[in-house]
Amino acid sequence: MDYFAGSYDVAVVGAGHAGCEAALAAARLGCRTIIFSINLDSMANMPCNPSIGGTAKGHLVREIDALGGQMGKTTDKTFIQSKILNNSKGPAVYSLRAQVDRRRYQMEMKHTLELQENLDIRQAEVVELLTDENRTRITGVKTHTGAIFECKAIVLTTGTYLQGRIIIGDVSYSGGPDGIFPANRLSASLLDLGITLLRFKTGTPARLSRRSLDFSKMTEQPGDEVIVPFSFDTENIEKDQVSCWLTYTNKDTHEVIRKNLHRSPLYSGNITGIGPRYCPSIEDKVVRFADKENHQVFVEPMGLETEEMYLQGMSSSLPEDVQIDFMKTIPGLENVKVMRSAYAIEYDGIDATQLNLSLEFKNIDGLFSAGQINGSSGYEEAAAQGIIAGINAAMKIKEVKPLILDRSQAYIGVLIDDLVTKGTREPYRMMTSRAEYRLLLRQDNADLRLTPLGKEAGLISPERYERFLEKKELIQQEVARLNSSYLPPSEEVIKYLEKRDSTPIKSGINVAELLRRPEISYESLAEVMELPQLPRSVREQVEISIKYEGYIKRQMQQVEQYKKLEGRKLPKAMDYSGIQGLRLEARQKLSQIKPDSIGQASRITGVSPADISVLLIHLEQINRGGAPK
Amino acid sequence: MHFEDTIAALSTPYGTGGIGVIRISGEFAFSVAAKIFISSQAMEDIASHTVSYGKIVEPESKEMIDEVLMLKMAKPNTFTREDVVEIHCHGGIVVINRVMELIFKYGARPAEAGEFTKRAFLNGRIDLSQAEAIIDLINSKTVESSKAAVSHLEGRLSGKLKSLREELVELLAHIEVTVDYPEHDIEEITGEKVYDSLRQIKSELCNLAKTFERGKLLRDGINVVIAGKPNVGKSSLLNQLSGHTRAIVTDIPGTTRDIIEEYVNIKGIPAKITDTAGIRATEDVVEKIGVDKAYRAIDEADLIIMLVAADTGVMSEDREILKGMKGRKKIILINKTDLADSSRIQEIRRELGTDIILEASVFMDQGIEGLETAISEMFYRGDIAKNEEVLLTNARHKSLVDKAATAIDQALGSFETGMPLDMVTIDIKSSADYIGQITGESIDEAVMHNIFSRFCIGK
Repeated sequence: MDYFAGSYDVAVVGAGHAGCEAALAAARLGCRTIIFSINLDSMANMPCNPSIGGTAKGHLVREIDALGGQMGKTTDKTFIQSKILNNSKGPAVYSLRAQVDRRRYQMEMKHTLELQENLDIRQAEVVELLTDENRTRITGVKTHTGAIFECKAIVLTTGTYLQGRIIIGDVSYSGGPDGIFPANRLSASLLDLGITLLRFKTGTPARLSRRSLDFSKMTEQPGDEVIVPFSFDTENIEKDQVSCWLTYTNKDTHEVIRKNLHRSPLYSGNITGIGPRYCPSIEDKVVRFADKENHQVFVEPMGLETEEMYLQGMSSSLPEDVQIDFMKTIPGLENVKVMRSAYAIEYDGIDATQLNLSLEFKNIDGLFSAGQINGSSGYEEAAAQGIIAGINAAMKIKEVKPLILDRSQAYIGVLIDDLVTKGTREPYRMMTSRAEYRLLLRQDNADLRLTPLGKEAGLISPERYERFLEKKELIQQEVARLNSSYLPPSEEVIKYLEKRDSTPIKSGINVAELLRRPEISYESLAEVMELPQLPRSVREQVEISIKYEGYIKRQMQQVEQYKKLEGRKLPKAMDYSGIQGLRLEARQKLSQIKPDSIGQASRITGVSPADISVLLIHLEQINRGGAPK
Repeated sequence: MHFEDTIAALSTPYGTGGIGVIRISGEFAFSVAAKIFISSQAMEDIASHTVSYGKIVEPESKEMIDEVLMLKMAKPNTFTREDVVEIHCHGGIVVINRVMELIFKYGARPAEAGEFTKRAFLNGRIDLSQAEAIIDLINSKTVESSKAAVSHLEGRLSGKLKSLREELVELLAHIEVTVDYPEHDIEEITGEKVYDSLRQIKSELCNLAKTFERGKLLRDGINVVIAGKPNVGKSSLLNQLSGHTRAIVTDIPGTTRDIIEEYVNIKGIPAKITDTAGIRATEDVVEKIGVDKAYRAIDEADLIIMLVAADTGVMSEDREILKGMKGRKKIILINKTDLADSSRIQEIRRELGTDIILEASVFMDQGIEGLETAISEMFYRGDIAKNEEVLLTNARHKSLVDKAATAIDQALGSFETGMPLDMVTIDIKSSADYIGQITGESIDEAVMHNIFSRFCIGK
């Protein structure tokens, strides 16, 4: 029997990384919020690698944090190893990455949600979305037990659970990740609402018992000495770190894999979903890069209170016996005991071009969608969409305009714009090379870029904002000071330059000018001038903004051009089929995507510059009221 | 897409007329003009809507290019409602090209088809009823330019550009993969390797840019060879094109036994027209020498005008000659249309297939204008290239190649000052982007694709 179970503003369906951020954001913005999970013990789970961050992903976490999200804070509390990647390759691509204690992360995140005001947590499988009779407005959700919850907005964050199917070699069964039940009934309800579903595929490697591994045959990969926290709110962290380990596959490994390829579901056609190119299974690597003699394998701890180890680089959907055979050929894994086998998983997602940039469905009022269901991959990508969907669900309730980040503001903007404008056929991973203005979208300045927006949305406390303004002020003061300071060609300065192989000076030199030389660092200036006591994050900003000023300015000019096109808004109700001069393909694509602006329209595959010219002219006709003057 | 930057174009028809008017419109119209226009008054002191006399001078070499009249018009009382400068040049097509090149070099970009009108409309200047006409214009020009693009795509120019772009994309992929997958044991591309490749690409781009000397082509003239079997009217055509009787015209086949050259001006394009001996199998020793010479002339031609006679139709000799011209730039001219009815001509057209086929009656002075137009169009489209070398002929392409080279220069500069790789990629990316604007390829997916097909990465 169905029964009325309660009334909320926002219901979040799924409590993974997207769901948790969405629920916290909505609740923190004052909406009465409920979050559902099939199993509360799987909230904020990491069914794949036990790590957060990495290139571009680390940027996302910092952006989430700058907006007032949770992922960075929880990571800071629960990581067991921290690293900065790409230290030497330029400030835009420095990235933070942390190995986290998977269980503690889950517990910590779950507890944060449990303590959150306005937020209820419920273990249930949502089987139906309820709408008004026109099926254009959300009214509630129904669970498998017949409980009906009224709500005004829903955020779908179903991850890889929708009609999940696990494939291990020739064995396949209905299932969600990490041995959890799948959600088999909700897909039908989505189809019923006219939503187009896609089928995606991803996979994960095996988990091994630490006691069965011989680390003497592997290379130790310790964490960094200096720990940089993810959250702008976290003070300095000092803690003991644990190591990861590196080993390699070899000819024997590849031999076992090749011999058994016929038993792989990917090659037998048993898998139909589209897997990610950047996350190939080991059998994929062996086949596609046949001349590579070995592949890296990272062995990562799953946490402090477990002996389970994650085997990065060895995702596979070969049968269990084959998995064990090829793992045993790897140095250090000769006596391996598998605790969880590698598997591939197929699941339903939506075609994200059905969404607005706010992550709300174009045709269903109040229905939002975030995370892997939108075709992305990765915890960070999911969380990034989650916070935006959560904020915008709240904005919807409050009848305020949604928070939309553009490509020049944040990686989050690039991520959502790509998903919604171009759609994706394979799980989408964030990469720094996807961001055209990446020199501006650095992880170090995420707070400068986004905290004011987080404040405006209502997720930044006044105290935090005050600290933010102070930091900004310090940066500006120090940059101004360096710009107006000069060093004389004194003996001391000449020596300082000599020591660094830097061109000598004959007359006085502006300090900012000097700092632009690659061999001169801000810290080192202390040898020749007085430097104020400033926090690390301030010093970093000062150095980057002076050192790379020329490049930053050029990117800002590119952004200006970009903004002009983004600023030309297109009415949502535009009838593209009636616009004379548009090519057929452009009409179809534009009608489907309904872009927000000329800029967005220009990024749609199949819309040409000539089509854009036609649109501009049409827009001008509309602006003039459609009549000759 | 950029529609609010500064654009420039020649507003008078190419190659005809005594003066050429170049129009510049946009935010930087005045500053662009100020860099190259020298007169007794500084640019900012010149009153709006007045004409000034001055010189166009190459700012670096100080070389004087032309004496011109310059018309400065401040917004909003201009056609586009933007700042507009008009430069009235006097020196003919070579000079106009050089002036335009300077304008593009110093901050304007070549206008797209109909772009001045489009701006005028978007800035509220012209009447709404014209909007549809503009759309038509944009569309028709798109078809036209895409046609040109297609012929380019098959050409050596696009082959060259595509391979340069490929190299840039590959470099980017090499750099980006190490950035996005720092912990994979991918062979890291060294700075020196990137630096060397960039210098190589830069020098190729510069060489390409140098070929944009239509002047060179124009000085020498394009080499047009008239060919065909005896007595199809080759000599008559030469006489018509040159405007006076030079070749002896008789109705006895084989009258022209040597080759005759004539320098003429076809719609502003200097051309050397060569009349050849009619080609046929012959035992006559003197005539045979003429035929051999004809074949050689055909080999060296930039453009062949192949004549067939409407009254006789396509004969085996014609087919034989055409076989020897396979893959060459040519116009087939069906002559003596006054001696055949239209169904006969249609039959000839069908038989000849896909080449550019025109009709004329040289004797009646019909179709000459059409032939001249076709030649000049082919030339300005860049279809007629000198000696088969890769040649830039389109001003827009030239300006994009220049920008691509400048971007690489900046990348090299970043290297030399020891900037991290990330700074270098910004300019490599722009460079590849500029070339992509010629070849019509976008860069993002290309780099991604290159990364995934080249490197084994992922967890």
